[in-house]
Amino acid sequence: MKKLLILGAGTAGTMMANRLRKKLSTDEWAIAIVDQYTKHYYQPGFLFMPFGIYSEKDVIKPKQKFIPPRVHYIESEIDRIEPDHNRVLLRSGKQLDYDILILATGVKTAPEQTEGMLGNDWRKRVFDFYTFEGALALHNALRDWTGGKLVVHISEMPIKCPVAPLEFAFLADWWLSERGLRDKTEISYVTPLSGAFTKPIASKVLAHLLEEKGIKVVTDFNVARIDNEQHKLVSWDEKEVDYDLLVTVPTNMGDPAIERSGLGDELNLVPTNRHTLQSKQHQNIFVIGDATDLPSSKAGSVAHFESEVLAENIVHYIKGEPLDSQFDGHANCFIESGYHKAFLLDFNYDLQPVPGKYPLPFIGPFSLLRETHMNDLGKLAFKWIYWNLLLKGVPMPGVGHEMSRLGKQIPIETSQPA
Amino acid sequence: MKQKQLNGVTIDIDDEGYMTNHAQWNRDVAAALAKEIGIELADGHWRVLDFIDKDFKERGVVPGMRRMNKIGGIPTKDLYALFPDGPIKKAARIAGYPKPVSCV
Repeated sequence: MKKLLILGAGTAGTMMANRLRKKLSTDEWAIAIVDQYTKHYYQPGFLFMPFGIYSEKDVIKPKQKFIPPRVHYIESEIDRIEPDHNRVLLRSGKQLDYDILILATGVKTAPEQTEGMLGNDWRKRVFDFYTFEGALALHNALRDWTGGKLVVHISEMPIKCPVAPLEFAFLADWWLSERGLRDKTEISYVTPLSGAFTKPIASKVLAHLLEEKGIKVVTDFNVARIDNEQHKLVSWDEKEVDYDLLVTVPTNMGDPAIERSGLGDELNLVPTNRHTLQSKQHQNIFVIGDATDLPSSKAGSVAHFESEVLAENIVHYIKGEPLDSQFDGHANCFIESGYHKAFLLDFNYDLQPVPGKYPLPFIGPFSLLRETHMNDLGKLAFKWIYWNLLLKGVPMPGVGHEMSRLGKQIPIETSQPA
Repeated sequence: MKQKQLNGVTIDIDDEGYMTNHAQWNRDVAAALAKEIGIELADGHWRVLDFIDKDFKERGVVPGMRRMNKIGGIPTKDLYALFPDGPIKKAARIAGYPKPVSCV
Protein backbone atom coordinates (compact mmCIF):
# COMPACT_ATOMS: atom_id res chain seq x y z
CA MET A 1 0.00 0.00 0.00
CA LYS A 2 1.40 3.40 -0.95
CA LYS A 3 0.99 6.43 1.25
CA LEU A 4 -0.12 9.94 0.43
CA LEU A 5 0.14 12.37 3.31
CA ILE A 6 -1.47 15.81 3.49
CA LEU A 7 -0.28 18.31 6.09
CA GLY A 8 -2.98 20.82 7.01
CA ALA A 9 -6.76 20.33 6.97
CA GLY A 10 -7.73 23.89 6.13
CA THR A 11 -9.43 24.91 2.88
CA ALA A 12 -6.68 23.61 0.56
CA GLY A 13 -5.83 20.38 2.43
CA THR A 14 -9.48 19.41 2.89
CA MET A 15 -10.23 19.94 -0.81
CA MET A 16 -7.22 17.78 -1.74
CA ALA A 17 -8.32 14.97 0.59
CA ASN A 18 -11.75 14.98 -1.06
CA ARG A 19 -10.51 15.20 -4.64
CA LEU A 20 -7.77 12.59 -4.27
CA ARG A 21 -9.89 10.07 -2.40
CA LYS A 22 -12.14 10.03 -5.47
CA LYS A 23 -9.23 9.74 -7.90
CA LEU A 24 -6.95 7.21 -6.18
CA SER A 25 -7.82 3.55 -5.69
CA THR A 26 -8.37 2.61 -2.05
CA ASP A 27 -6.56 -0.68 -2.77
CA GLU A 28 -3.38 1.08 -3.79
CA TRP A 29 -3.27 4.36 -1.90
CA ALA A 30 -3.74 5.14 1.77
CA ILE A 31 -4.45 8.83 2.39
CA ALA A 32 -3.84 10.54 5.72
CA ILE A 33 -4.27 14.19 6.72
CA VAL A 34 -2.77 15.93 9.76
CA ASP A 35 -3.93 19.07 11.52
CA GLN A 36 -3.37 20.38 15.03
CA TYR A 37 -6.77 22.07 15.37
CA THR A 38 -10.29 20.69 15.81
CA LYS A 39 -12.22 23.59 14.29
CA HIS A 40 -12.52 24.56 10.65
CA TYR A 41 -12.99 28.31 10.30
CA TYR A 42 -14.75 29.94 7.37
CA GLN A 43 -12.18 32.70 7.20
CA PRO A 44 -14.00 34.98 4.72
CA GLY A 45 -16.67 35.28 7.43
CA PHE A 46 -14.30 36.95 9.90
CA LEU A 47 -14.75 40.22 7.98
CA PHE A 48 -18.46 40.29 8.88
CA MET A 49 -18.11 39.43 12.57
CA PRO A 50 -16.99 42.85 13.85
CA PHE A 51 -20.21 44.33 12.42
CA GLY A 52 -22.42 41.62 13.88
CA ILE A 53 -23.45 40.34 10.43
CA TYR A 54 -21.99 36.88 11.16
CA SER A 55 -21.51 35.18 14.49
CA GLU A 56 -19.74 32.07 15.74
CA LYS A 57 -22.24 29.63 14.22
CA ASP A 58 -21.62 31.00 10.72
CA VAL A 59 -17.87 30.55 10.74
CA ILE A 60 -17.02 27.40 12.76
CA LYS A 61 -17.61 23.72 12.01
CA PRO A 62 -15.62 20.64 13.05
CA LYS A 63 -12.75 19.91 10.64
CA GLN A 64 -13.45 16.20 10.63
CA LYS A 65 -16.94 16.70 9.20
CA PHE A 66 -15.32 17.59 5.85
CA ILE A 67 -12.77 14.78 5.69
CA PRO A 68 -14.11 11.92 3.54
CA PRO A 69 -14.37 8.30 4.74
CA ARG A 70 -11.23 6.26 3.95
CA VAL A 71 -9.00 9.25 4.71
CA HIS A 72 -7.22 8.87 8.04
CA TYR A 73 -7.53 12.07 10.10
CA ILE A 74 -4.76 12.68 12.63
CA GLU A 75 -5.06 15.56 15.08
CA SER A 76 -1.54 16.53 16.10
CA GLU A 77 0.97 19.32 15.83
CA ILE A 78 3.73 18.73 13.28
CA ASP A 79 7.26 18.74 14.60
CA ARG A 80 9.16 18.55 11.33
CA ILE A 81 9.32 17.15 7.83
CA GLU A 82 12.38 15.08 6.91
CA PRO A 83 12.26 15.08 3.11
CA ASP A 84 15.42 13.03 2.72
CA HIS A 85 13.78 10.20 4.65
CA ASN A 86 10.28 10.74 3.21
CA ARG A 87 8.80 11.04 6.66
CA VAL A 88 7.07 13.51 8.97
CA LEU A 89 7.60 13.62 12.72
CA LEU A 90 4.64 14.66 14.84
CA ARG A 91 4.78 16.37 18.24
CA SER A 92 3.12 13.30 19.69
CA GLY A 93 6.31 11.40 18.85
CA LYS A 94 4.60 9.51 16.06
CA GLN A 95 6.35 9.12 12.73
CA LEU A 96 4.52 9.10 9.38
CA ASP A 97 6.15 7.80 6.20
CA TYR A 98 4.98 8.96 2.81
CA ASP A 99 5.43 8.31 -0.89
CA ILE A 100 3.84 11.65 -1.78
CA LEU A 101 3.55 14.65 0.54
CA ILE A 102 1.21 17.61 0.07
CA LEU A 103 1.96 20.73 2.11
CA ALA A 104 -1.21 22.69 2.85
CA THR A 105 -0.04 24.30 6.06
CA GLY A 106 -1.25 27.79 5.17
CA VAL A 107 -0.20 31.10 6.70
CA LYS A 108 -1.04 32.68 10.05
CA THR A 109 -0.88 36.16 11.47
CA ALA A 110 2.36 36.92 13.31
CA PRO A 111 1.74 40.10 15.34
CA GLU A 112 4.97 39.53 17.29
CA GLN A 113 6.87 40.43 14.09
CA THR A 114 6.05 44.13 14.58
CA GLU A 115 7.60 45.88 17.56
CA GLY A 116 4.92 46.96 20.02
CA MET A 117 1.97 45.26 18.30
CA LEU A 118 1.44 42.96 21.28
CA GLY A 119 1.88 45.87 23.74
CA ASN A 120 -0.64 47.35 26.19
CA ASP A 121 -3.00 48.43 23.42
CA TRP A 122 -3.36 44.88 22.00
CA ARG A 123 -7.03 43.93 22.00
CA LYS A 124 -7.81 47.21 23.79
CA ARG A 125 -7.14 49.71 21.01
CA VAL A 126 -5.25 47.46 18.56
CA PHE A 127 -7.17 44.62 16.90
CA ASP A 128 -6.91 42.20 14.06
CA PHE A 129 -9.84 40.57 12.29
CA TYR A 130 -7.88 37.75 10.65
CA THR A 131 -8.41 35.44 13.63
CA PHE A 132 -11.68 34.33 15.21
CA GLU A 133 -10.64 35.75 18.59
CA GLY A 134 -9.56 39.04 17.01
CA ALA A 135 -12.79 39.46 15.03
CA LEU A 136 -14.84 38.76 18.15
CA ALA A 137 -12.82 41.18 20.31
CA LEU A 138 -13.19 43.86 17.62
CA HIS A 139 -16.96 43.32 17.58
CA ASN A 140 -17.05 44.13 21.29
CA ALA A 141 -14.81 47.18 20.84
CA LEU A 142 -16.99 48.59 18.05
CA ARG A 143 -20.08 48.31 20.25
CA ASP A 144 -18.48 50.82 22.63
CA TRP A 145 -17.18 53.12 19.87
CA THR A 146 -18.24 56.76 20.18
CA GLY A 147 -15.96 58.30 17.55
CA GLY A 148 -12.34 59.28 16.98
CA LYS A 149 -9.57 58.09 14.72
CA LEU A 150 -10.14 54.67 13.16
CA VAL A 151 -7.08 53.38 11.31
CA VAL A 152 -7.20 50.34 9.01
CA HIS A 153 -3.67 49.09 8.46
CA ILE A 154 -1.66 46.48 6.52
CA SER A 155 1.71 45.64 8.11
CA GLU A 156 3.48 43.86 5.29
CA MET A 157 2.68 42.08 2.01
CA PRO A 158 1.77 39.39 1.09
CA ILE A 159 -1.36 38.87 3.18
CA LYS A 160 -4.29 36.50 2.89
CA CYS A 161 -7.15 38.01 0.93
CA PRO A 162 -5.46 41.32 0.04
CA VAL A 163 -8.84 43.03 -0.46
CA ALA A 164 -10.15 42.25 3.06
CA PRO A 165 -8.72 45.39 4.73
CA LEU A 166 -10.35 47.53 2.02
CA GLU A 167 -13.65 45.75 2.60
CA PHE A 168 -13.28 46.38 6.31
CA ALA A 169 -12.86 50.11 5.66
CA PHE A 170 -15.95 50.18 3.36
CA LEU A 171 -18.09 48.23 5.81
CA ALA A 172 -16.93 50.40 8.72
CA ASP A 173 -17.93 53.51 6.77
CA TRP A 174 -21.43 52.05 6.24
CA TRP A 175 -21.79 50.72 9.80
CA LEU A 176 -20.73 54.05 11.32
CA SER A 177 -23.08 56.03 9.05
CA GLU A 178 -26.05 53.91 10.13
CA ARG A 179 -25.24 54.59 13.78
CA GLY A 180 -24.76 58.32 13.30
CA LEU A 181 -21.08 58.00 14.17
CA ARG A 182 -19.52 58.57 10.75
CA ASP A 183 -19.26 62.36 11.27
CA LYS A 184 -17.46 61.73 14.53
CA THR A 185 -15.04 59.20 13.03
CA GLU A 186 -12.04 59.84 10.83
CA ILE A 187 -11.19 56.69 8.84
CA SER A 188 -7.69 56.23 7.42
CA TYR A 189 -6.36 53.39 5.30
CA VAL A 190 -2.63 52.87 5.82
CA THR A 191 -0.77 50.56 3.43
CA PRO A 192 2.83 49.67 2.52
CA LEU A 193 1.73 49.59 -1.13
CA SER A 194 1.89 52.61 -3.43
CA GLY A 195 -1.87 52.49 -4.03
CA ALA A 196 -5.13 51.09 -2.71
CA PHE A 197 -4.58 47.70 -4.34
CA THR A 198 -1.79 45.76 -6.04
CA LYS A 199 -3.16 45.79 -9.59
CA PRO A 200 -3.31 49.12 -11.47
CA ILE A 201 -6.81 49.23 -13.02
CA ALA A 202 -8.56 47.90 -9.90
CA SER A 203 -6.41 50.17 -7.75
CA LYS A 204 -7.73 53.22 -9.62
CA VAL A 205 -11.36 52.14 -9.23
CA LEU A 206 -10.91 51.40 -5.54
CA ALA A 207 -8.97 54.61 -4.85
CA HIS A 208 -11.89 56.53 -6.33
CA LEU A 209 -14.33 54.70 -4.06
CA LEU A 210 -12.20 55.40 -0.97
CA GLU A 211 -12.20 59.07 -1.87
CA GLU A 212 -15.98 59.11 -2.37
CA LYS A 213 -16.45 57.61 1.06
CA GLY A 214 -14.11 60.14 2.64
CA ILE A 215 -11.52 57.54 3.67
CA LYS A 216 -8.05 59.01 3.83
CA VAL A 217 -5.35 56.85 2.21
CA VAL A 218 -1.74 56.79 3.42
CA THR A 219 0.48 54.85 0.97
CA ASP A 220 4.10 53.64 1.10
CA PHE A 221 3.89 53.31 4.87
CA ASN A 222 6.23 50.61 6.20
CA VAL A 223 5.52 50.18 9.89
CA ALA A 224 8.55 50.02 12.18
CA ARG A 225 6.70 49.98 15.51
CA ILE A 226 3.52 50.72 17.37
CA ASP A 227 3.82 53.34 20.08
CA ASN A 228 1.39 52.16 22.78
CA GLU A 229 1.91 55.23 24.98
CA GLN A 230 1.04 57.82 22.35
CA HIS A 231 -1.24 55.44 20.39
CA LYS A 232 0.42 55.81 17.01
CA LEU A 233 1.92 53.86 14.15
CA VAL A 234 5.51 54.86 13.40
CA SER A 235 7.14 54.02 10.05
CA TRP A 236 10.81 53.26 9.36
CA ASP A 237 11.19 56.74 7.89
CA GLU A 238 9.59 58.30 11.02
CA LYS A 239 6.17 59.06 9.60
CA GLU A 240 3.41 58.81 12.20
CA VAL A 241 -0.30 57.98 12.16
CA ASP A 242 -2.37 58.49 15.35
CA TYR A 243 -5.11 56.04 16.23
CA ASP A 244 -7.89 55.66 18.77
CA LEU A 245 -8.78 52.30 17.27
CA LEU A 246 -6.25 50.46 15.11
CA VAL A 247 -7.49 47.58 12.97
CA THR A 248 -4.30 46.02 11.66
CA VAL A 249 -3.45 43.07 9.47
CA PRO A 250 -0.29 41.67 11.08
CA THR A 251 2.50 40.10 9.00
CA ASN A 252 1.34 36.76 7.59
CA MET A 253 3.81 33.88 7.87
CA GLY A 254 3.94 30.22 6.89
CA ASP A 255 3.83 27.53 9.54
CA PRO A 256 6.79 27.27 11.96
CA ALA A 257 7.05 23.54 11.08
CA ILE A 258 8.10 24.63 7.56
CA GLU A 259 10.90 26.71 9.08
CA ARG A 260 11.93 23.86 11.41
CA SER A 261 12.17 21.60 8.37
CA GLY A 262 14.30 24.06 6.40
CA LEU A 263 11.74 24.11 3.58
CA GLY A 264 10.70 27.77 3.59
CA ASP A 265 11.84 31.23 2.53
CA GLU A 266 12.06 34.33 4.76
CA LEU A 267 8.29 34.16 5.42
CA ASN A 268 8.29 30.34 5.83
CA LEU A 269 6.61 30.04 2.42
CA VAL A 270 7.63 27.03 0.35
CA PRO A 271 9.34 27.68 -3.02
CA THR A 272 6.92 26.08 -5.50
CA ASN A 273 6.68 25.70 -9.27
CA ARG A 274 4.05 28.30 -10.16
CA HIS A 275 2.42 26.16 -12.83
CA THR A 276 2.74 22.52 -11.67
CA LEU A 277 2.61 23.16 -7.87
CA GLN A 278 5.52 20.77 -7.33
CA SER A 279 8.00 21.84 -4.66
CA LYS A 280 11.18 23.23 -6.22
CA GLN A 281 13.36 21.18 -3.88
CA HIS A 282 11.72 17.74 -3.77
CA GLN A 283 9.92 15.92 -6.57
CA ASN A 284 7.52 13.99 -4.31
CA ILE A 285 6.46 17.09 -2.35
CA PHE A 286 3.65 19.28 -3.68
CA VAL A 287 2.40 22.55 -2.23
CA ILE A 288 -1.02 24.20 -2.33
CA GLY A 289 -2.86 27.23 -1.00
CA ASP A 290 -1.36 29.93 1.21
CA ALA A 291 1.71 27.78 2.00
CA THR A 292 3.24 28.39 -1.47
CA ASP A 293 5.44 31.30 -2.51
CA LEU A 294 3.48 31.75 -5.77
CA PRO A 295 2.94 35.31 -7.04
CA SER A 296 -0.84 34.77 -6.82
CA SER A 297 -3.32 35.95 -4.20
CA LYS A 298 -3.56 34.02 -0.95
CA ALA A 299 -7.25 33.21 -1.14
CA GLY A 300 -9.70 30.34 -0.99
CA SER A 301 -10.59 30.76 -4.67
CA VAL A 302 -6.93 30.32 -5.58
CA ALA A 303 -6.69 27.17 -3.43
CA HIS A 304 -9.84 25.90 -5.16
CA PHE A 305 -8.44 26.42 -8.67
CA GLU A 306 -5.08 24.99 -7.59
CA SER A 307 -6.74 21.89 -6.16
CA GLU A 308 -8.13 20.97 -9.59
CA VAL A 309 -4.69 21.30 -11.16
CA LEU A 310 -2.86 19.55 -8.33
CA ALA A 311 -5.21 16.55 -8.23
CA GLU A 312 -4.53 16.02 -11.95
CA ASN A 313 -0.79 16.46 -11.53
CA ILE A 314 -0.63 13.99 -8.63
CA VAL A 315 -2.23 11.41 -10.93
CA HIS A 316 0.30 12.28 -13.66
CA TYR A 317 3.13 11.96 -11.14
CA ILE A 318 1.94 8.53 -9.97
CA LYS A 319 1.78 7.31 -13.58
CA GLY A 320 5.24 8.73 -14.31
CA GLU A 321 3.79 11.20 -16.84
CA PRO A 322 4.81 14.84 -17.33
CA LEU A 323 2.97 17.21 -14.94
CA ASP A 324 1.08 18.94 -17.70
CA SER A 325 -1.85 20.38 -15.82
CA GLN A 326 -0.94 24.04 -15.46
CA PHE A 327 -2.06 26.58 -12.89
CA ASP A 328 -2.42 30.06 -14.44
CA GLY A 329 -2.61 32.09 -11.23
CA HIS A 330 -6.41 32.35 -11.47
CA ALA A 331 -8.07 34.18 -8.56
CA ASN A 332 -11.46 35.67 -8.07
CA CYS A 333 -12.66 37.66 -5.14
CA PHE A 334 -15.65 39.64 -4.08
CA ILE A 335 -15.08 43.04 -2.51
CA GLU A 336 -17.84 44.11 -0.15
CA SER A 337 -18.26 47.84 -0.53
CA GLY A 338 -21.11 48.46 1.93
CA TYR A 339 -24.80 49.32 1.42
CA HIS A 340 -25.49 45.77 0.15
CA LYS A 341 -23.18 46.19 -2.81
CA ALA A 342 -19.98 44.48 -3.88
CA PHE A 343 -17.35 44.31 -6.60
CA LEU A 344 -15.98 41.15 -8.17
CA LEU A 345 -12.43 40.71 -9.43
CA ASP A 346 -11.26 37.89 -11.73
CA PHE A 347 -7.59 37.72 -12.72
CA ASN A 348 -4.50 35.56 -13.16
CA TYR A 349 -0.69 35.81 -13.44
CA ASP A 350 -0.92 37.55 -16.82
CA LEU A 351 -4.12 39.55 -16.78
CA GLN A 352 -4.97 42.03 -14.05
CA PRO A 353 -8.62 42.59 -13.00
CA VAL A 354 -10.60 44.36 -15.75
CA PRO A 355 -14.31 45.05 -16.32
CA GLY A 356 -16.52 42.30 -17.79
CA LYS A 357 -19.00 39.59 -16.74
CA TYR A 358 -18.59 36.39 -14.70
CA PRO A 359 -18.78 33.42 -14.78
CA LEU A 360 -20.64 33.43 -18.11
CA PRO A 361 -18.95 35.78 -20.60
CA PHE A 362 -21.21 38.74 -21.55
CA ILE A 363 -24.06 37.35 -19.38
CA GLY A 364 -22.84 37.17 -15.79
CA PRO A 365 -24.85 37.31 -13.57
CA PHE A 366 -21.89 38.96 -11.83
CA SER A 367 -20.19 42.13 -13.05
CA LEU A 368 -16.42 42.41 -12.88
CA LEU A 369 -14.85 45.52 -11.42
CA ARG A 370 -18.26 47.18 -11.02
CA GLU A 371 -20.25 47.79 -7.85
CA THR A 372 -23.59 45.88 -7.95
CA HIS A 373 -26.20 44.37 -5.64
CA MET A 374 -25.91 41.06 -7.51
CA ASN A 375 -22.23 40.80 -6.56
CA ASP A 376 -23.18 41.26 -2.90
CA LEU A 377 -25.68 38.41 -3.17
CA GLY A 378 -22.88 36.31 -4.65
CA LYS A 379 -20.60 37.05 -1.74
CA LEU A 380 -23.25 36.15 0.81
CA ALA A 381 -24.23 32.96 -1.08
CA PHE A 382 -20.61 31.98 -1.05
CA LYS A 383 -20.76 30.88 2.59
CA TRP A 384 -23.20 28.10 1.65
CA ILE A 385 -21.14 27.16 -1.41
CA TYR A 386 -17.99 26.98 0.73
CA TRP A 387 -19.38 24.64 3.38
CA ASN A 388 -21.46 22.48 1.04
CA LEU A 389 -19.60 22.31 -2.28
CA LEU A 390 -16.15 23.84 -2.23
CA LEU A 391 -14.56 21.93 0.65
CA LYS A 392 -15.95 18.66 -0.68
CA GLY A 393 -14.40 19.27 -4.08
CA VAL A 394 -17.75 19.29 -5.90
CA PRO A 395 -17.26 20.84 -9.35
CA MET A 396 -18.97 24.17 -9.93
CA PRO A 397 -20.47 24.51 -13.40
CA GLY A 398 -18.93 27.31 -15.42
CA VAL A 399 -16.20 28.03 -12.88
CA GLY A 400 -13.05 26.46 -14.30
CA HIS A 401 -9.50 26.64 -13.03
CA GLU A 402 -8.35 28.33 -16.22
CA MET A 403 -9.28 32.00 -16.30
CA SER A 404 -11.43 32.98 -19.30
CA ARG A 405 -10.61 36.12 -21.29
CA LEU A 406 -14.02 36.03 -23.01
CA GLY A 407 -16.33 38.89 -22.14
CA LYS A 408 -13.54 40.89 -20.54
CA GLN A 409 -12.73 44.43 -21.62
CA ILE A 410 -8.98 44.10 -22.03
CA PRO A 411 -7.05 47.25 -22.87
CA ILE A 412 -4.00 46.45 -25.01
CA GLU A 413 -1.39 47.46 -22.46
CA THR A 414 -2.92 45.32 -19.70
CA SER A 415 -2.39 42.04 -21.51
CA GLN A 416 1.13 42.41 -20.11
CA PRO A 417 1.76 40.95 -16.65
CA ALA A 418 0.24 43.28 -14.11
CA MET B 1 10.67 51.60 -25.61
CA LYS B 2 12.47 54.60 -24.18
CA GLN B 3 16.20 55.09 -24.10
CA LYS B 4 18.54 57.47 -22.40
CA GLN B 5 22.20 58.38 -22.34
CA LEU B 6 24.21 57.95 -19.15
CA ASN B 7 27.96 58.63 -19.17
CA GLY B 8 28.00 58.03 -22.91
CA VAL B 9 26.19 54.67 -22.59
CA THR B 10 22.67 54.13 -24.00
CA ILE B 11 20.28 52.28 -21.71
CA ASP B 12 16.70 51.07 -22.28
CA ILE B 13 14.26 52.19 -19.62
CA ASP B 14 10.56 51.92 -18.82
CA ASP B 15 8.19 54.85 -18.26
CA GLU B 16 9.36 55.25 -14.69
CA GLY B 17 13.07 55.12 -15.47
CA TYR B 18 13.79 51.52 -14.45
CA MET B 19 16.21 49.67 -16.75
CA THR B 20 14.62 47.04 -18.97
CA ASN B 21 17.81 45.37 -20.22
CA HIS B 22 20.13 44.32 -17.43
CA ALA B 23 22.90 43.46 -19.93
CA GLN B 24 23.43 47.23 -20.32
CA TRP B 25 24.11 47.62 -16.61
CA ASN B 26 27.53 48.01 -15.04
CA ARG B 27 28.96 49.66 -11.94
CA ASP B 28 29.46 53.02 -13.69
CA VAL B 29 25.86 52.98 -14.91
CA ALA B 30 24.80 52.26 -11.30
CA ALA B 31 26.80 55.22 -10.02
CA ALA B 32 25.19 57.49 -12.62
CA LEU B 33 21.66 56.19 -11.86
CA ALA B 34 22.33 56.79 -8.15
CA LYS B 35 23.52 60.32 -8.78
CA GLU B 36 20.29 61.12 -10.62
CA ILE B 37 18.36 60.50 -7.41
CA GLY B 38 20.92 62.21 -5.20
CA ILE B 39 22.82 59.21 -3.88
CA GLU B 40 26.62 58.90 -3.88
CA LEU B 41 27.39 55.18 -3.84
CA ALA B 42 29.66 53.88 -1.05
CA ASP B 43 30.47 50.42 0.32
CA GLY B 44 27.25 50.24 2.34
CA HIS B 45 25.19 50.80 -0.82
CA TRP B 46 27.17 48.20 -2.74
CA ARG B 47 26.48 45.57 -0.10
CA VAL B 48 22.77 46.08 -0.78
CA LEU B 49 23.13 46.26 -4.57
CA ASP B 50 25.30 43.13 -4.69
CA PHE B 51 22.74 41.22 -2.62
CA ILE B 52 19.90 42.31 -4.93
CA ASP B 53 21.98 41.28 -7.95
CA LYS B 54 22.77 37.83 -6.56
CA ASP B 55 19.23 37.23 -5.33
CA PHE B 56 17.60 38.40 -8.56
CA LYS B 57 19.82 36.06 -10.59
CA GLU B 58 18.74 33.16 -8.35
CA ARG B 59 15.02 33.87 -8.05
CA GLY B 60 14.06 36.33 -10.78
CA VAL B 61 12.51 38.91 -8.43
CA VAL B 62 13.80 41.88 -6.46
CA PRO B 63 14.02 40.83 -2.78
CA GLY B 64 11.64 42.51 -0.34
CA MET B 65 12.54 44.17 2.95
CA ARG B 66 12.21 41.03 5.05
CA ARG B 67 14.41 39.04 2.68
CA MET B 68 17.05 41.79 2.77
CA ASN B 69 16.99 41.52 6.58
CA LYS B 70 16.83 37.78 7.01
CA ILE B 71 18.83 36.46 4.06
CA GLY B 72 20.92 39.52 3.16
CA GLY B 73 21.64 40.41 6.79
CA ILE B 74 20.91 44.11 6.19
CA PRO B 75 18.73 45.79 8.88
CA THR B 76 15.78 47.89 7.72
CA LYS B 77 17.04 51.04 9.44
CA ASP B 78 20.30 50.78 7.46
CA LEU B 79 18.30 50.44 4.24
CA TYR B 80 16.37 53.62 5.04
CA ALA B 81 19.60 55.45 5.91
CA LEU B 82 21.27 54.39 2.64
CA PHE B 83 18.28 54.80 0.32
CA PRO B 84 15.86 57.26 1.97
CA ASP B 85 12.10 57.20 1.15
CA GLY B 86 11.48 53.78 -0.37
CA PRO B 87 14.76 51.87 -0.14
CA ILE B 88 13.68 48.81 -2.13
CA LYS B 89 12.43 50.82 -5.10
CA LYS B 90 15.50 53.06 -5.15
CA ALA B 91 17.96 50.20 -4.72
CA ALA B 92 16.25 48.15 -7.46
CA ARG B 93 16.42 51.13 -9.80
CA ILE B 94 20.14 51.62 -9.18
CA ALA B 95 20.81 47.87 -9.40
CA GLY B 96 19.32 47.94 -12.91
CA TYR B 97 16.31 45.76 -12.16
CA PRO B 98 12.55 46.27 -12.68
CA LYS B 99 10.43 48.20 -10.21
CA PRO B 100 9.52 45.74 -7.44
CA VAL B 101 5.90 44.67 -7.72
CA SER B 102 4.79 44.44 -4.16
CA CYS B 103 2.90 41.27 -4.92
CA VAL B 104 -0.71 40.32 -5.06
